[in-house]
Amino acid sequence: MVFYIAGGDFSNAGKASSQIKKALKQLNVNAKSIKQIVVAVYEAEVNVAAHAWEGKVTALIGENDIQVIVSDRGPGIEDIQQAMQPGFSTASKEVREMGFGAGMGLSNIEKNTNEMNIESQVGEGTTLKFRCFYS
Amino acid sequence: MKISEILHLADARIIAGIADSNDDLHKAFSSDLMSDVLTLDEDNILLITGLSNLQLIRTAEMADINAVLLARGKQATPEMIELAEENGIILMETPYSIYKVSGILYSNGLKEVY
Repeated sequence: MVFYIAGGDFSNAGKASSQIKKALKQLNVNAKSIKQIVVAVYEAEVNVAAHAWEGKVTALIGENDIQVIVSDRGPGIEDIQQAMQPGFSTASKEVREMGFGAGMGLSNIEKNTNEMNIESQVGEGTTLKFRCFYS
Repeated sequence: MKISEILHLADARIIAGIADSNDDLHKAFSSDLMSDVLTLDEDNILLITGLSNLQLIRTAEMADINAVLLARGKQATPEMIELAEENGIILMETPYSIYKVSGILYSNGLKEVY
């Protein structure tokens, strides 16, 4: 499954996670795992809408696990370790007014996934990959 | 706590979704910050919020929250109502502030998440 997200388009952020949720339900994956996976995907979609110019979500749904790749063209992340720290945020006032941008996203993605990797080039973009095993 | 009790105690109205008489909520969380809601491990809770936008409904969908109460007289947009209906989320509106409605529901037995 592949989904595209335009930067700043918050009304469409969530479409990928919503479709992935439906697909995992069809496969009878347990509710707790589904919640962890779709929360991670949604956080990633919000990050793209909040920070990037455009992005793509690719979900590879397997029998026992899911791999998700979220790649964007955008400003990139200067210091990934710093960005991972709960509470660190570069989100705009507008994003905060929407109920996000509290600096919880990446750490929450890490909490909800089994494997997570971020690669970023400043001025070019960021690729986030994560994997979740169904419990 | 039944949805009907919430309607009674909070002077609330359902604007999307169908209340099932079997629905029984045990806990609630009050927040305008969706980032915090997304960190909760609990599901099947009541979310009380003053944030009225589409991201609220998306957050509820992802966090397996099936009941949302908009406080401070905030009104849902048609897009919010549509998305709530699509996902079986019961969306309610109350004229009370978050503080007041949280206090009333808590003192009537609806427990905190933490």
